[in-house]
Amino acid sequence: MASSSTPKYNSNSLESSSSKRTLKDGTNWEQNEEIPRLPGETRVTDKDVIYMCPFNGPVKGRVYITNYRLYLRSVENDPVVVLNVPLGVISRIEKMGGASSRGENSYGLDITCKDMRNLRFALKQEGHSRRDIFEVLTKYAFPQSHNLLFFAFVNEEKFSENGWMVYNPMSEYRRQGLPNERWRVTFINEHYGLCDTYPSLLVVPYNATDDDLKKVAAFRSRNRIPVLSWFHPETQAVIMRCSQPLVGMSGKRNKDDERYLDIIREANGQISKLTIYDARPNVNAVANKATGGGYEGEDAYPNAELFFLDIHNIHVMRESLKKLKDIVYPNVEESHWLSSLESTHWLEHIKLVLTGAIQVADKVSSGRSSVLVHCSDGWDRTAQLTSLAMLMLDSYYRTIEGFEVLVQKEWISFGHKFASRIGHGDKNHADADRSPIFLQFIDCVWQMSKQFPTAFEFNEQFLITILDHLYSCRFGTFLYNSESAREKEKVTEKTLSLWSLINSEKSKYINPFYTKELNRALYPVASMRHLELWVNYYIRWNPRIRQQQPNPVEQRYMELLALRDDYIRRLEELQITNNSKIPNSSGSSASPSQMMSQVQTHF
Amino acid sequence: GELLLCEASTVYKYIQEDGSNRGTYGKLVCTNFKIAFLDDDSTSNDNEPQFKNKIVGENDITLQCVDQIYGVYDEKKKLLTGQLRKYPEKLIIYCKDLRVFNFCLRYTKEEEVKRIVSGIVHHSQTPKLLKRLFLFSYASAAPNNTDGRNQTVMFDTLEDWRDELERTKGSVKYKAVTTNEGYRVSEKLPLYFVVPICVSEESILKYEGRGIPIWCWSCHNGAALLKMSAFPKEQDDSASQMQKAFLDGIYKTISKPPYELLKTDDLSSSLPSLQDIQTAYTRFKQLFLIDNSTDFWATDVKWFSLLESTNWLEIIRRVLRKAIEVAECLERQHTNVLLIEESATDLCCVISSLVQVMMDSYSRTKSGFQSLIQKEWVVGGHGFLDRCNHLHKSDKEEAPVFLLLLNCVWQLVQQYPPAFEFTETYLTVLSDSLYVPIFSTFFFNSQHQKDTNTSGEGFKTQSSPFRFLTVWDWSVQFDPKAQAFLNNPLYAEKPKPDKSQRKTTRFKHQRQLSLPLTQTKSSTKRGFFREETDHLIKNILGKRIGKFINSSDEPSNSFREFYDSWHSKPIDYHGLLLPCIDGPEIKVWAQRYLRWIPEAQLHGGGTIATTAKILDLMEEVQSLQVKMDEERSQAISGDIHSVPLLRNSARLSSLFPFALLQRQSIKPALPTSTWKDLEDEEDLVKRDDEFVDLCGDML
Repeated sequence: MASSSTPKYNSNSLESSSSKRTLKDGTNWEQNEEIPRLPGETRVTDKDVIYMCPFNGPVKGRVYITNYRLYLRSVENDPVVVLNVPLGVISRIEKMGGASSRGENSYGLDITCKDMRNLRFALKQEGHSRRDIFEVLTKYAFPQSHNLLFFAFVNEEKFSENGWMVYNPMSEYRRQGLPNERWRVTFINEHYGLCDTYPSLLVVPYNATDDDLKKVAAFRSRNRIPVLSWFHPETQAVIMRCSQPLVGMSGKRNKDDERYLDIIREANGQISKLTIYDARPNVNAVANKATGGGYEGEDAYPNAELFFLDIHNIHVMRESLKKLKDIVYPNVEESHWLSSLESTHWLEHIKLVLTGAIQVADKVSSGRSSVLVHCSDGWDRTAQLTSLAMLMLDSYYRTIEGFEVLVQKEWISFGHKFASRIGHGDKNHADADRSPIFLQFIDCVWQMSKQFPTAFEFNEQFLITILDHLYSCRFGTFLYNSESAREKEKVTEKTLSLWSLINSEKSKYINPFYTKELNRALYPVASMRHLELWVNYYIRWNPRIRQQQPNPVEQRYMELLALRDDYIRRLEELQITNNSKIPNSSGSSASPSQMMSQVQTHF
Repeated sequence: GELLLCEASTVYKYIQEDGSNRGTYGKLVCTNFKIAFLDDDSTSNDNEPQFKNKIVGENDITLQCVDQIYGVYDEKKKLLTGQLRKYPEKLIIYCKDLRVFNFCLRYTKEEEVKRIVSGIVHHSQTPKLLKRLFLFSYASAAPNNTDGRNQTVMFDTLEDWRDELERTKGSVKYKAVTTNEGYRVSEKLPLYFVVPICVSEESILKYEGRGIPIWCWSCHNGAALLKMSAFPKEQDDSASQMQKAFLDGIYKTISKPPYELLKTDDLSSSLPSLQDIQTAYTRFKQLFLIDNSTDFWATDVKWFSLLESTNWLEIIRRVLRKAIEVAECLERQHTNVLLIEESATDLCCVISSLVQVMMDSYSRTKSGFQSLIQKEWVVGGHGFLDRCNHLHKSDKEEAPVFLLLLNCVWQLVQQYPPAFEFTETYLTVLSDSLYVPIFSTFFFNSQHQKDTNTSGEGFKTQSSPFRFLTVWDWSVQFDPKAQAFLNNPLYAEKPKPDKSQRKTTRFKHQRQLSLPLTQTKSSTKRGFFREETDHLIKNILGKRIGKFINSSDEPSNSFREFYDSWHSKPIDYHGLLLPCIDGPEIKVWAQRYLRWIPEAQLHGGGTIATTAKILDLMEEVQSLQVKMDEERSQAISGDIHSVPLLRNSARLSSLFPFALLQRQSIKPALPTSTWKDLEDEEDLVKRDDEFVDLCGDML
């Protein structure tokens, strides 16, 4: 879906190659041989339009709309301009201009996308073409508002891997060495009776009974009690997550909660205090008392140390991203780029999230004390902090499969409200619940992978693919707000997992430089000197921002790898022939010198 | 030739100013070459760094490398210059290569403190004579038997210039002249240089070479890059009339066929002044001379706006942009470009070098780049001595012009790694070499100055001429292993046979191209839609769409088109290379500027992590090659003797190869600065994620 005239060098298009082109219904579509379609994708309409490309000027073309995507192909340009946009990325559709305007193509359509771009089309007045397109787009881009199914439910793709098998909570806890004599698995939430936004399987201290858990639930916002996220195999310290305590204005206390936190503290066998990281700024935590929330006070929890991590709320993050879009789309701010970037605060927020996660990770690995992380509800900032800290501490999560497990566990199963934050299929573009919290997390991961280019098994394309399908609605992975809702909608039965797509063609997402290192804590430097704007994601639609694909360093390495393998193979062959004492044939002796010329070593 | 000038013992050097006061005792000495700290227990130095400079050690500061010296009196920092009345308890030395040294003098004898502090200040900060430079004592004491040329063309002979003309196929229209032999024309001009064939010797002599276009380089299509020293502002009306007439004559002769159309560019008005450059760099470097951790995190909050306020990156951007403009004229419009500057030895050097690096892949090889520096800078007459202020004669003359070039070249190196034979480390050590006074390369203002001082005249103790070292002999500073870090493992070398082929065909083409060509095809692509669009813009979408569609009537349109069309094509690493100059693409040269800051260190990270993997793999491939050759030649025995690979399993720091080797704890660096208010979003900040009254839940 490159919007530039050079789709060949803009690699960040939503991949579409996996789709088998099965053009079932005939009509004029068959003449346009190269319109990609997924199994289950059906045509809805097509129209002549002018695409107002912000980079190349107006482009005359034909737009095709299916129940999954908007596809545009130019008719006169060379090279051909192509747009390939899943309808799921559409946030807002607006009409511009109209009858009162002059000119032939005076009916405009402005489409705001969730992935940092706008699409503008101009249409002719005849035949109500704009009205048709507007209605069709509105209907299929916002299926939730029209009582329609997400495309994920009609997608008939087939993959060699089943992504729903990637995450099994029991085997993930076993991998961590749990349950053990201090931590147990509880099924108290099997039918989401304790907490409807938590997964059914939870790990809690061995010394806390299910009855205790119920009492604690009454004192935690939305019943999100402290449960285990990660267990440090050496220090025995743990990362726990929860929501805020319901302290309120009157400063209520709850003996069960206090005792429960003490059990957690003791469970690592150390006498140290329990460290509580409240992700919010201090003032916000205080302000929350007014609505019944709050934080763990010193009096009630004498064995705990509380720190505020000063990470702002979802509204601040949303505004920050909006400002970022303003300076990079469609044109990158020419003058005062750096101060403009600073004024968006986007990287400052990234810095704070990373700083918080470093503190959590450091406390658990060297401070020898267990950590409890919460914000208000424990599904936004808390998910960011626990998952990033786990990424820093546990090298398993830096593999492709491990990262899928991490996302599946800390985000999807623990109820990050993807449906509300992204607004899947919902026309209410101004909904205050929307916020780029998950994008921010992926950005943090990218920053880490940038700082440690050999530490992650996956590459940048992997992260971009995840973000693309965060919006696309082609897979069930990110749909709905919680595990219970997903179960109700039978998501795993009726839709495909994004991990099926990725794991079926893993080689596309492999970082060739990955070096497996076990048990190595990875601390990024959360300094502005190292944090960078993720140009290949945020400014990828701009053809002026050159993306060298494939990355020359990577390419060189791959060449060398191929060369090495070739040598090893030849060497083996040679040894076999030498062993059987057959003299070399003249044909094979010419090739090594050819190979030699390709390696330029400087030693 | 190094002489000890003064010393002080039991000086305490802080390893790192993080408040922990860790450090070592040792002796601080000052010689006529450097300031050095000699560790008392030097035996403990068991981990020899992989990358070591043989001349300047970890704790050595050459006198020319000293930037500023501060004394600390009762916790207050004070700049030390000239005569001192009171002696400080702590000495902070900021270096031009951005190292910061902290010495505590509290435990040193008072007399020694007096001597060492005034000695250091005197020898590094006060004006001195050229002949007192260490260069001369070194050259007379250490016989120079090395052949420093190693393929670098020095441009000190007529032959070198003729070869360069041949190489670039410029000899048809340009000639190397000997007019300046004995410096008859000017002491500022090199002994030999190249001018258009039609320029006469008399005109060269007339205004001491001013107003004469001097050839820099010829493009494959015959268009040439020229530079010219402008006439100073003349008070006398008739004199300026004559100059004007002279210039008109010159312009006339060189814009007639066979010469291409001429475009002149007065760099003194189209680029920032030297003063601006100096001011910007002074502010910029200050951001990296960090005293302690608190300082680091305090400046981190406002990092981007601090960077911007220095204007240094903007200057780099403007210079790169100018170089693209010049390249566009040469490459696409087939016009000659004449760069004009008062002396033609500052910004002219920057632009002409950059243009050649961008357009001539030879300049992206190590020897090619070194030859370029010789041609445009060293022989070209850039006043290194004054611009670096090596002699502390006049602060007004100081300007980091050469550093500006290296910074610009670095942008290209990091944007297109396979295009360069050298690494960023090469550029970094080259910038460091500006302050090592054993090489003559960067310690004279002109070829004339070097020649007159080499002869030994007026320097009575010396009768035979000095033989200076050149910086291009890298073996003087680095052993072969360390030199390997200067070579880029990613460099995509041009296949040799192909190269010669292309050259001959190119030559044939060039003849045709040098004839006046018809205009390049005009773009009619947009014409068809133009009208429709205009209606749309004006009538419906109003002003908002203006932002979305680039106006095609800007004056810089041809620049933009050239830039965009180049960027839309795949990169040919051996062809024309244009830097990306959009805001996000201009970066800080982290290796040079952040290398001594421990907080900025990534353990096991940074680009070195991938480079190390490539080097390992290359080593493996090489050993396989050797093995294969063995198998092939012997072709008898079947036993395999594996070649052990010496691999450095230790994690490298991102600051490698410059990190001061301290086995630091793996404690993460945590920002200590506080969050600043989001004043403009007060209402948003105060909100909660989702407003729900939780009080109700409790019922």
